Amino acid sequence: MAETLKKRHSIARIELANITKQYPGCLANDSVSLTLMPGEIHALLGENGAGKSTLVKTIYGVVAPDSGDILWDGKAVEIKSPSKARELGIGMVFQHFSLFETLTVSQNIELCLSKTQLTSIGNLSHKISELSTKYGLNVDPSRYVHSLSIGERQRVEIMRCLVQSVKLLILDEPTSVLTPQEVSGLFVVLRTLAKEGCSILFISHKLHEVTEICQQATILRAGKVIATCEPARETPATIAKMMVGELAEQDAGYSKKEGHHTLFTVSALNLTTKQPFGTSLKNINFELKAGEILGIAGVAGNGQDELMAIISGEDERNTGHALSLEEQSIGQLSAGQRRKLGMAYVPEERLGRGAVPDMSLTENTLLTHSQGFIKKGLVQWQPLKAYANKLIVQYKVKCHGEFSEAKSLSGGNLQKFIMGREIGQNPKVLICAHPTWGVDVGAALAIHQALLALRDQGAAILLVSEDIDELFLLADRMAAVCDGHLSPVVKTADTSIDQIGQWMAGTFISTPAHHTEETTA
Amino acid sequence: MMRIQARTEPSSLMKVASPLIAIVCTLLFGCILFSALNKNPFEALHVLLIAPLSDMYNVGEMLVKMGPLLLCAVGLSLCYRANMWNIGAEGQLLAGALGGSVVALTFIDSESVFVLPCALLAGIVSGMLWAAIPTFLKLRFNSNLILTTIMFNYIGLYLLIWAVNGPLRDPDGYGFPESALFSEAATLPTLFDGSRIHLGILFAILSAFIGWFVLTKTHLGFQIRVFGADEPAAKYAGFNSKKLSWFVMLFSGALAGLAGVSEVTGPIGQLVPNVSPGYGYSAIIVAYLGRLHPLGAIVAAIFLAVLYMGGDLAQIQMGIPVAVVGMFQGVLLFFLLACDFFIRNRLIFNKQATH
Repeated sequence: MAETLKKRHSIARIELANITKQYPGCLANDSVSLTLMPGEIHALLGENGAGKSTLVKTIYGVVAPDSGDILWDGKAVEIKSPSKARELGIGMVFQHFSLFETLTVSQNIELCLSKTQLTSIGNLSHKISELSTKYGLNVDPSRYVHSLSIGERQRVEIMRCLVQSVKLLILDEPTSVLTPQEVSGLFVVLRTLAKEGCSILFISHKLHEVTEICQQATILRAGKVIATCEPARETPATIAKMMVGELAEQDAGYSKKEGHHTLFTVSALNLTTKQPFGTSLKNINFELKAGEILGIAGVAGNGQDELMAIISGEDERNTGHALSLEEQSIGQLSAGQRRKLGMAYVPEERLGRGAVPDMSLTENTLLTHSQGFIKKGLVQWQPLKAYANKLIVQYKVKCHGEFSEAKSLSGGNLQKFIMGREIGQNPKVLICAHPTWGVDVGAALAIHQALLALRDQGAAILLVSEDIDELFLLADRMAAVCDGHLSPVVKTADTSIDQIGQWMAGTFISTPAHHTEETTA
Repeated sequence: MMRIQARTEPSSLMKVASPLIAIVCTLLFGCILFSALNKNPFEALHVLLIAPLSDMYNVGEMLVKMGPLLLCAVGLSLCYRANMWNIGAEGQLLAGALGGSVVALTFIDSESVFVLPCALLAGIVSGMLWAAIPTFLKLRFNSNLILTTIMFNYIGLYLLIWAVNGPLRDPDGYGFPESALFSEAATLPTLFDGSRIHLGILFAILSAFIGWFVLTKTHLGFQIRVFGADEPAAKYAGFNSKKLSWFVMLFSGALAGLAGVSEVTGPIGQLVPNVSPGYGYSAIIVAYLGRLHPLGAIVAAIFLAVLYMGGDLAQIQMGIPVAVVGMFQGVLLFFLLACDFFIRNRLIFNKQATH
């Protein structure tokens, strides 16, 4: 009723009616309908695999729906390709940016414009500067992209849409790569855009953001619209309930612990990056204690990958005394030797690093867990299979069996398997990168509880994550990285999202004296 | 316009069928080629592929050619599984032939039962040494293994030619570039009277089973497979890449060396300049045709050996140049790689809508 009423006032910017898309073995969108008015900020919510990406790809012309209609400004259209979508005035900012690092901002923007667009714009740099001031984007057209922060790159992506006079802007998890302060900056831009009449479709996992900025929300589960709501009238908890049922409530309020003795130390670690646009580590110091989770927050690309690689030993450079385990220096040991001493590691990339895609789960168990399954150089396949089955049952890994290839598992299930495999070795120290990135709420709950159980057994856990809520949920102590510097380490109870957010942006770097004082304390 | 797109799910049926499709394509190509040469294509293919298996003598000769192909291919299968692109089986084979010959000729007057084992061992060690140098260069200086192993093929060949023209030349051989015939004690026993099937062929089949055992049953073999399938995962797991590289290269060198010494102490019986008609290179095709599986290499080695035999017969019976064999091998590898490419990718024509 409400919808028909709205239509009388004005014509919807875009209206999706009964969009259905069937993939082999998976009904990605099941008769999904969605209406966006001009100037409306609309949230699209749902777990991983709920069908959000398929739906936005349909709008952006990447995916052709099997059935259903799309009305644009009240007229039926067929969006056959992204260029057709752009012609209509649909712009999209993907989660992973598609910018050339070695080109300038204006060159990057120029690349995606057609000749007619370019001639109608005239001086592109002028136009960029003009739009930049108008919307407070703060984008300098002459700067090279590799010199920009992640937040700035995102604004370049948005600028790219604005230059093409966008009427509908789709943002796929735009805030997952931003510091809290950058998020508020983005919201200012989005609100200005909306005021101008631009419709915004906003995909996010972070529900408090949705309640803050969105006027309407559509919630998908298993390809179907299961609810629509006005986020302003809801709380994050009630929306979470709509998304996943009762699970979300369980995953909260874990008690904090204090570590016992120091197990693992990083002292005065300096390391030049090997990657052309990587981040060098600058005087990193911290201690990891038995029975605690130390969380490291930070926006991706601020030295986390380099830090993880040097701690795990995958970066084979000898760091000597900079790393020590139980007062024994391990910087000279290989990754395999460090594992033998009781270190385990859950990498960010599950498929292709944490697990071999074409190998069975049994073989992937053997990848890091060989102790007890090798006799005189021969693999004891039978006990290994039994153990793999045990892991599958214990961690509720959804798969056909131990013979399933790793690549046949969903991201969340593979992550549960990898987590189980690493925890099953009873590590003294577990290094864990982005454990629930892209994992649905149910699997995240299981992973959180497994990590806490390991902590309570007395293991020391280093948790590197971009998800600040997750860090506050799990970590007993916290720090942040920015540009290869590590902030002071503080108890989670003594800090705030605001402080960690500022540290993620690097506010601690200018006071190095203060820095060393705090970390050694 | 067309472009290439990766398939999301390569067909597992096609992975097995690909060698067969490649063989069929090669045969079709052969028909066209022979027609162009004004030969009856069916007769030519018969001589090339069926005649070598028509009587026991020919089967025996085929097995004699299969032996060195298989020995080299098993080693190469392991190397390629571990992403070590060893193209040097030919050189390692020649080094093995040379090393074994030195021992056989040094003890040419001895009748001891230890001469043959010593010669075989010398061949194996020489092959390992010839594989060790490029391996060292790769691990120490990150040199390109493909290039260095190819270079060592030529160094091995010219070293052998120098030896048969110099220090190892038969003093009573009227100046021909050949060594003296080896003594009975330094000759591999034949398995059947009247044929040239020798112990080396058993070594080859045994090596295929050892290779299979290593790959599927041992932890070392598992690490090799992980290395080949997913190097970042191997690094993540902390596998020792140097140890694995050394193992596969030395294993491959040892088998190629054994192949070489088995040739000179077996069917040839002396050191000659042309010990190998390119077995070490053909073994690359055998390894791929056998899907880098040591047991698959047995079947593939038989096929290539038939082709070698057939080439000889075709030259004698039909006057087809022996270079046709090389061409067949090359075309076979080409089709095999093409089939593998289309298992993983497909062509998209721009007119079609993309999904």
